[in-house]
Amino acid sequence: MGALTLNHFVVLSAILFVTGLFCVLTRRNAIGILMGIELILNSANVNYVAFARYGATPYDGQVFAIFVIMLAAAEAAVGLAIVLGIYQGFETIEVEATDRLRG
Amino acid sequence: MITAVFYALAAFTVVSAVAVVVTTNIVHSAMALMGALLGVAAVFVLLGADFVGIVQLLVYVGGILVLTLFAVMLTSRTDVQISNRGVGRLPAAVISVGLLAYLLWAGTRATWATQEVGPPVPSVAGIGNAFLTDYILPFEVASLVLLVTLIGAVVVSRKEVKG
Repeated sequence: MGALTLNHFVVLSAILFVTGLFCVLTRRNAIGILMGIELILNSANVNYVAFARYGATPYDGQVFAIFVIMLAAAEAAVGLAIVLGIYQGFETIEVEATDRLRG
Repeated sequence: MITAVFYALAAFTVVSAVAVVVTTNIVHSAMALMGALLGVAAVFVLLGADFVGIVQLLVYVGGILVLTLFAVMLTSRTDVQISNRGVGRLPAAVISVGLLAYLLWAGTRATWATQEVGPPVPSVAGIGNAFLTDYILPFEVASLVLLVTLIGAVVVSRKEVKG
């Protein structure tokens, strides 16, 4: 089966990224789009931690991954608050139906 | 042995991530997302990043996912079944598969400057030192960002009082 190399993690990260991208491109539900963004952020984190493991500096990548997780939490909080605000105005969260800026 | 563990974790993660995309019921999507996040946390631990794995569990699975489920419950109307239906799958599939092929080609072709990896060591002390020396400014800015997020989320999502 061979030893575990950096390429294994790069391939896993690429698959996760593409899955998340497909989710963002095809979803009509705003919460589904946010889920796709979470997948994309996770794929970036896999790369950060893998390169921290196999590179010269052991902690820089992990620190960046923690910053990404923190910003993902902030993004999810604000994003879902916006989704709730949209729902109050439009009675739906399908992104194709929300085409007015002024309520 | 560790390679077999990696393949098992990777298969679990990828299957869960695909399930997030293909299921039409958004509650099922959220549950599949939990599987994907758990798989990524396990991959972090496999990479010797124990602290990042725990943070992933606490923040993603314990926080973001619960928040997402709350938003699903608050916004879904009678028909949850079709609430997650996708549109334009063919062009999106073409873009995604093309990008995947390119990423795999570029990722496996590149030669990375990798080091010999030793056994994993506890990472908490090293991360703490990094946060309080090299990354002290981003660390402080991060707390400011979280404060702004807290206030912003409350302001955006509150009911508007018409006066």
